Amino acid sequence: MSSAISLPVRLGKIVGADRVRAGAADLEEFAIDRQKPSVVLQPRSAEEIAEIVRMAASEKLALLACGCGSKLGIGMPPLRYDLALDMRGLSQIAHYDAGDLTLSVDAGKALGALQLILKEKGQFLPLSVPCHECTTIGGTVASGIDSTRRQQYGTARDFLIGAEFIDGKGQVCKSGGRVVKNVTGYDLHKLLVGSLGTLAVITRLNFRTFPLPETCAGHLASFPNAGSALTYRTSLLKTGLPLANLEVLGPEFSAMAAGIFKATNQEVPDALSSNHWNVYAAYEGNEAVVKRVTRELEKLSAGAEALKNEYLSAAINEELDGLSSQSYGFLISASSSVALFRIVLQEFTAGNVAEILRPAREHSLRAVFVLRACGVAYLALLAETGDALAIEALGRSAPEIFSTVAVMQGTATLLHGPPSLKQGINAWGAKRADFPLMQRVKQAFDPHNIFAPGRFVGGI
Amino acid sequence: MPPRLVNYYSEYAAPDCRRPFMDPALTRELKSLLGPANVLSQKEDLLLYEFDGSVEKARPEVVVFPHTTEHVSRIVKLAAKYQVPVVGRGAGTGLSGGALARGGGVMIVFARMNRVLELDLENRRAVVQPGVVNLDITRAVEHAGLYFAPDPSSQKSCTVGGNVAENSGGPHTLAYGLTTNHVAALELVLPDGEIVRVGSRHGDAPGYDLCGLFVGSEGTLALVTEITVKLSRKAEAVKTLLAIFDAVGDASRTVVEMTASGITPAACEMLDGWTLRAVEDYIHAGFPRDSAAVLLIEVEGLREAAESQAAAIAEICKANRAREVRTARDDRERDLLWKGRRNAFGALGRLAPSNYVLDGVIPRSKLPEALEQTHAIGKKHGFQIGNIFHAGDGNLHPIVLYDPRDTEQFKRAIATAEEIIRMCVSLGGALTGEHGVGMEKNELMPLLFTDADFDLMRRIHDAFNPDSSLNPGKIFPLSKGCGEIRIRKAGPANRVSS
Repeated sequence: MSSAISLPVRLGKIVGADRVRAGAADLEEFAIDRQKPSVVLQPRSAEEIAEIVRMAASEKLALLACGCGSKLGIGMPPLRYDLALDMRGLSQIAHYDAGDLTLSVDAGKALGALQLILKEKGQFLPLSVPCHECTTIGGTVASGIDSTRRQQYGTARDFLIGAEFIDGKGQVCKSGGRVVKNVTGYDLHKLLVGSLGTLAVITRLNFRTFPLPETCAGHLASFPNAGSALTYRTSLLKTGLPLANLEVLGPEFSAMAAGIFKATNQEVPDALSSNHWNVYAAYEGNEAVVKRVTRELEKLSAGAEALKNEYLSAAINEELDGLSSQSYGFLISASSSVALFRIVLQEFTAGNVAEILRPAREHSLRAVFVLRACGVAYLALLAETGDALAIEALGRSAPEIFSTVAVMQGTATLLHGPPSLKQGINAWGAKRADFPLMQRVKQAFDPHNIFAPGRFVGGI
Repeated sequence: MPPRLVNYYSEYAAPDCRRPFMDPALTRELKSLLGPANVLSQKEDLLLYEFDGSVEKARPEVVVFPHTTEHVSRIVKLAAKYQVPVVGRGAGTGLSGGALARGGGVMIVFARMNRVLELDLENRRAVVQPGVVNLDITRAVEHAGLYFAPDPSSQKSCTVGGNVAENSGGPHTLAYGLTTNHVAALELVLPDGEIVRVGSRHGDAPGYDLCGLFVGSEGTLALVTEITVKLSRKAEAVKTLLAIFDAVGDASRTVVEMTASGITPAACEMLDGWTLRAVEDYIHAGFPRDSAAVLLIEVEGLREAAESQAAAIAEICKANRAREVRTARDDRERDLLWKGRRNAFGALGRLAPSNYVLDGVIPRSKLPEALEQTHAIGKKHGFQIGNIFHAGDGNLHPIVLYDPRDTEQFKRAIATAEEIIRMCVSLGGALTGEHGVGMEKNELMPLLFTDADFDLMRRIHDAFNPDSSLNPGKIFPLSKGCGEIRIRKAGPANRVSS
């Protein structure tokens, strides 16, 4: 439908003229890899969004729901990008039954503000994610970003119990419900986790909430090399000790963390200052549990001949856990040329880790490595400069990392990289055998292909 | 809603499921593919497969027992060639008619695909065929201190394939989640016979969470031929408590208070007095016959955690006027209490020719209200309704005892069930917590879902199963215009005879 009336004016009729913005700064705020939308809208209700989607569907306008924009760098830039929806206008708590530990919250609610409300009732959502103050709950779920607490609580998929969203036909749809146990209908909300806005506009999310732990603590053990650190990590997993988080911090990561502690005038845990491989375990529970786990970790790390063995009090642990959960943020801003990968392998052995660190060494890039909870590793390749040489080094390393990981039958994803790097490679790696099934899901949700086209796996 | 009396859908099918009889040539082709020993087509053999654990009934025209994924693919292709529907079945213990051949046609029974293909104890994964019995996974790995967490009451006979299709739960779902939380990857056969793998053995693979979609899709999107499950590590300490109450209200208020105080036991089951007396007569589990309700509560974890949680729970029970709180002294006492719980439905079978187990779910804060209303609904329809259920996650299992030979009584039982499910929905709950929708509750789906919701679910359904050749007549409502229930124009494209 071509109309004599301009797009912003027509959109203004849906959301109100004051909620349509097209100034340079507005458009820049929601740019993805330098690609800017034509218009930014600030809807206030699911119904308004449904109307926008219907208009977008009939006019083939590409649309992306955005939160605070902290993770827009994930995935490929969209093939088309007409409308950015600033979802922060939808920020109500629709329902919070603290006695039932269930919550229903609008997608645009800031996670930090939400956690404060839950805290008043002694509860929380175990989503320790980057940019946790400003990130929206919708963005957290749609990005599929890791939470450092997943070792104990699982990912959002494990405690998301329902969702409301606008499908590609502009219909207000839902799946799941507000009860903690429910198998009524297809679990469509699980598909939304990590879908990066390519299936629907999420408007509301229902969660199971959790009681805040009585107390928490942490433990750091230092090892001379990756092999001994990984062996210790495996031995911890076998003990069945209840750990909220378990990470192996490469020497560069430890150094970077120590630097951040120093910069904020905090006491730096001793183990971080050394040039070693550290294993960080965080745990929580009542006082007796925390004491017991501490005792066991001290025994185990001594048995594993750790070079250092350091107990972290609740306060220090909270700092390190917070820092670790922010690693996506500080890694991508550590240099002007950064390529950040998420790598999942069947098994992390010293040999495997050496292999995936090899491209960085060969192309003279700094490699910052952290193996996070549940066997998900982050690897950041940093160039000191932002010039063409640096981009070229990243450009050579990236395909090598993809192919190395493929040989190990794992998967690699480029979570963040300079736009020019993404011109040469696909951030999602090679298509997997189930890709045609994903296309069917996409087609069913979004028959007009208007939600962030091209941003997701395999060009979806 | 129309009376849903016993139906032989392939012979006296509801209009939406009616289709021509199957061409006998298909049976011949199936026999040549699988060998005659793996194909049943005589009426007396088929009769065994027209039931499951639900009150529904529908008979397949041929039953086949594949041994390999390749078999399954070829069976599906043959069925497509002859244009007859296919339904998968494990042990047939389901409670919503999910594994019944509502459209007749071919039933694929996975009983002979029952091998544990691989155990990776180091990384806590097991790869199994769909016909493996749930408890057999645990039996295969318990020597290493591991187990498979989903524990439906039928776990001694139900299959993992069925658990995946229905997203089954169990008492310990409270702490560890449903089947979906314990499945890493699947091998599937699509309705056109294509074999495809989804999910990832470790971590999360890039892309949509297809495993999350297929688990719980009740066999309406694909057939599952291989499952990679996550194994859990046995807790260091387990404490099993039996709290005994003189009033049902006190027991339900205990659950509300326990939930609100943030204690999450591994399991929290309630048996009301009427039910526990029936159980006690049968099992002798040690439930006091003169009590109004008992709570069977289990906590586990490190010794330090289990002990303090058990103490906190006992305190809440006593504050809510528990007459007594007992702790199982050893594994034998613990097993006996659980035996009483797991065999409760069997015990009730002694009281009436048949029982109808419902599966509504409500917010836990509404438990006392829901139990009172259930009782009142039963009274109105002339039934004493037993309750034996997963109190900790608000998953009710009201049981209506009836005689299926008494048509009038059966109709009343169905009406009672429907009213209880409506009550659950009106309290903010849902139709099913763990048994699935199947053909038992598909007509009630509009209580929860709008036309738009159905439209999207149908698009997902049709994206994988466009001809409804796989498990037709399930999940989606078929009826048109039944009373106050709002129904969309049609369910997913069901095969209609010309």
